[in-house]
Amino acid sequence: MSHLLEINNLDVKFDTDEGRITAIDNVSLTLDQGRVLGIVGESGSGKSVTAKSIMQLNPGNTIYNDNAEIIIDGENVLKFTSKNDLKKIRGGKVSMIFQEPMASFAPAIKIGSQMVEQLMLHKPLDKKEAKNISIDMLNRVGIADAEKRFNQYAFELSGGMRQRAMIAMALSTMPKLLLADEPTTALDVTIQAQVINLMKDIIKEFNMGVIFITHDLGVIAQVADDVAVMYLGSVVEQGPVNEILKNPMHPYTKGLINALPDINNLDAPLTPIPGNIPSPLDRPTGCVFRTRCPHASQEGKEENIKMGLVEVKPGHWLDKCGVDCGKI
Amino acid sequence: MSENIVSVNNLSVSFDYQENFLSKKQKIKAVNNINIKIKKGSFFGLVGESGSGKTTLGRAILGANKISQGNVIFHDDERDYDLTTITSREMKDYRKKAQLIFQDPYAALSPRMTVRDIIAEPLEVMKITNSRQETDEKVREIASKCRLNLEHLRRYPHAFSGGQRQRISIARALVSNPKFIVADESVAALDVSIQADILNLLKQLQNELNLTYLFISHDLSVVAHVCDIVAVMYLGHIVEMAPSRKLFSNPKHPYTKALLSSIPSIDPENKSKAIELEGEIPSAMNPPSGCVFRTRCPHASADGKEVNVEMGLVEVEPDHLVDRCGVNCG
Repeated sequence: MSHLLEINNLDVKFDTDEGRITAIDNVSLTLDQGRVLGIVGESGSGKSVTAKSIMQLNPGNTIYNDNAEIIIDGENVLKFTSKNDLKKIRGGKVSMIFQEPMASFAPAIKIGSQMVEQLMLHKPLDKKEAKNISIDMLNRVGIADAEKRFNQYAFELSGGMRQRAMIAMALSTMPKLLLADEPTTALDVTIQAQVINLMKDIIKEFNMGVIFITHDLGVIAQVADDVAVMYLGSVVEQGPVNEILKNPMHPYTKGLINALPDINNLDAPLTPIPGNIPSPLDRPTGCVFRTRCPHASQEGKEENIKMGLVEVKPGHWLDKCGVDCGKI
Repeated sequence: MSENIVSVNNLSVSFDYQENFLSKKQKIKAVNNINIKIKKGSFFGLVGESGSGKTTLGRAILGANKISQGNVIFHDDERDYDLTTITSREMKDYRKKAQLIFQDPYAALSPRMTVRDIIAEPLEVMKITNSRQETDEKVREIASKCRLNLEHLRRYPHAFSGGQRQRISIARALVSNPKFIVADESVAALDVSIQADILNLLKQLQNELNLTYLFISHDLSVVAHVCDIVAVMYLGHIVEMAPSRKLFSNPKHPYTKALLSSIPSIDPENKSKAIELEGEIPSAMNPPSGCVFRTRCPHASADGKEVNVEMGLVEVEPDHLVDRCGVNCG
């Protein structure tokens, strides 16, 4: 069976005034229908750029490498030449949910009009049908008084409500692939719990593939089936969520888990990962994590290592350099 | 001499609100009848969702919001400051003793000032130092305490990462040698590894400089880790207050329980479902009568007797205070 989404050898670079920046370095990911792939990492790790590459939403100064492939449902997005091809993907086969729902809705257009507009772009529906589907969708995501909300503006809704409306709009075209970029980060915990439960139900019901981007390992643990840990544009560890979080092997994954305050173990010290994430302008050569790695060797042999994932256990992929240094 | 550094007595803070210029002026009670005592040397945590009034309470204690009812007293070694009757001259004094660390280290630092000038500004404004040399000395001293590289003092904030900027903000807050610090969501904008670093730094500075913190946060796991005592706020009221271990091992109020169960567990096998609260925090313009939590409370009775309940904390165990209505329904 072919995969729903296949990313092969993706490099993304940005041309800026200060030089060429590597945002993504040789990332390969696959996602099947009905699965949730979590991407986790700190700011600057390239999580959002990965998602935006799938939708081709990166800015004009973006450079993709020639042998990269982003295959959605058999079509390589990077080989699209006309805007019409992209339109089928954006909002049709693939939908995206953003972190800040206030910024994602147009402030001066009613929520209902925005939902109807995008539905009619992608489906052969008339206005009335589109309206009915939209209101049905708003109901489905737990918005009370959906008909009234349909005629309101984004500012009239609370944060949690707006995020629900955003989800309703993203799902109304029945996409095969949903990209969720920090969808619960701006919400309070009780609202976050509501939205997570809602998303889990909907993912099951619609049987789509989901890429769920977050910096919160707790959210990943509760939502995702598989997880990819990213650092400075590279995937350093990848596998089933249970395996990665219970048996992390890469020093960065371990560092992230140790830095997290655990409410069930208040005596555990909080251990920060030493140093700062390097600027993308001076990305370390060799193993990208070597400047902060507790296992980095004195003689600096990590400088000349070529990064790449190897399978250390069935399904558990780990960066080559991480395999060696973990043994020390 | 009092063992407390701050006493808040029956404090309420209201804001005027007018929908448009024709409509009647309304009062919004952001903070309602709060009583807390903050012990010297403690790490006092204040948690709650957005709109619960935690920031307003913190600002009222610093004298940055007008107090509508009740009072706030700051106990210094020699004298007390009563913030309801404080004169502007005393306020200048008080500012040296009580300081604030902000949430967003990107917005809090002026991009046109060097790090040295940012940290030195409070000293100059408060006229604490007499010469440039003395100022420089103080700046270097506090900067090294906050683990800033002294060579960086000549640079501008844009050259620094979020964690380093937050260390600059902390240095600025501490340079006047205050005794009491309000840290308002000071780690919320940071990545987890940097968050751990800043929390450790705050703890270390507390020991070195004898500080007392009021730590405001929406993140319960952070609060559980660093605070000695925690107050949970909901819609302007404190609904539960206890030493943090007691609170997190044995929460009594249904809101605290729901908050705790809402934290997503990092263990993928622990799929215990959150106690899901219905709806969202009501608007402070139109708060529910009686128990403010009743509109979302899973235990609210059908006959609506919570409508007439009067809120107030009672001590259910030594040092463990819970709102009256929460005691019954729990």
